[in-house]
Amino acid sequence: MSDLSVLTPAVSARDHAQGLGDAPLTLVEYGDYQCPYCRMAYPIVKQLQKKLGKNLRFVFRNFPLTQSHPYAGIAAEVAEASELFGAFWPMHDMIYERQPELSPESLVVWAQELGIEEKKLEKAIEKPEIAKRIQEDRMSGIRSGVNGTPTFFINGIRFDGSPDYKSLLEALEEKQTI
Amino acid sequence: MKTPLQAGTLAPEFSLPSTPDQKVSLSELRGKPVVLVFYPADWSPVCSDQLSLYNELKTEFSEFDAQLIGISVDGIWCHLAFSKDRKLHIPLLADFEPKGAVARLYGVYSEKNGESERALFVIDAEGVIRWSYLSPMGINPGADGILKALESITKKEMSGANV
Repeated sequence: MSDLSVLTPAVSARDHAQGLGDAPLTLVEYGDYQCPYCRMAYPIVKQLQKKLGKNLRFVFRNFPLTQSHPYAGIAAEVAEASELFGAFWPMHDMIYERQPELSPESLVVWAQELGIEEKKLEKAIEKPEIAKRIQEDRMSGIRSGVNGTPTFFINGIRFDGSPDYKSLLEALEEKQTI
Repeated sequence: MKTPLQAGTLAPEFSLPSTPDQKVSLSELRGKPVVLVFYPADWSPVCSDQLSLYNELKTEFSEFDAQLIGISVDGIWCHLAFSKDRKLHIPLLADFEPKGAVARLYGVYSEKNGESERALFVIDAEGVIRWSYLSPMGINPGADGILKALESITKKEMSGANV
């Protein structure tokens, strides 16, 4: 292990990203949908996106801690499956906004709200690429030095500060001026 | 900053309680890689702490047939309650009496805090330290270093077998 933990593999077209590919700043989050600390980070990322605008690209990768969080796995599957209906980000946001009510049943209802029928959702979840993708995210997280959730990377380097708005913004702005 | 025992050193033998009536000795674990995880204390106030992370990675570690062991200065009853609460599958050893003796042996005891530092040792099947890492203040090191060290041990053994 070097002193700096580096994101491996780097962000690519396979990732869920908000913002432009040529943005000077890329913030990657490894998150767990049932993790309360990720929920706390959720509005902070929104605030950062608002503040930094076009200068920031945000990427989300899965890191479900399924031993501690029984619904983290199914939530990640539903979010990934929603991508097939063009609704990854709406589902991602919905899960964090409603995390206290998270359950396998509620996920089905929320998907319906986004126009995804239960049967179609079930079929989508069973596609092998969904599980494969979550596993790939997880392995990439382990390799990159993810040490809990949420873990953030700023332009490919692990952010070891406190995941609050001020600390993240400072770290991002510092990278921007370099 | 302490200096942990370095790669190439024979891992010092120890025997510490894992339950009120059982002890684990390092020498009993020969034949498989062992990962020693020294950490400051049970009950750190986050859900995604270092031990919980390793607990999640059981499958990844078992691919290398590696035995993970947590060590802190907490007593055995404290470890039992902590393990149960966090649903840990990793044995936790009590470096309790004399306090921190094993952490001292490995060069990772903090006199200032009266606790072990956060440090990792990957020991090969012959009992030799192959990788050690002392975490900078307060930073949870993740698992990438451990997995890389385990991988390099496995590769060397395989290439050795071909010679």
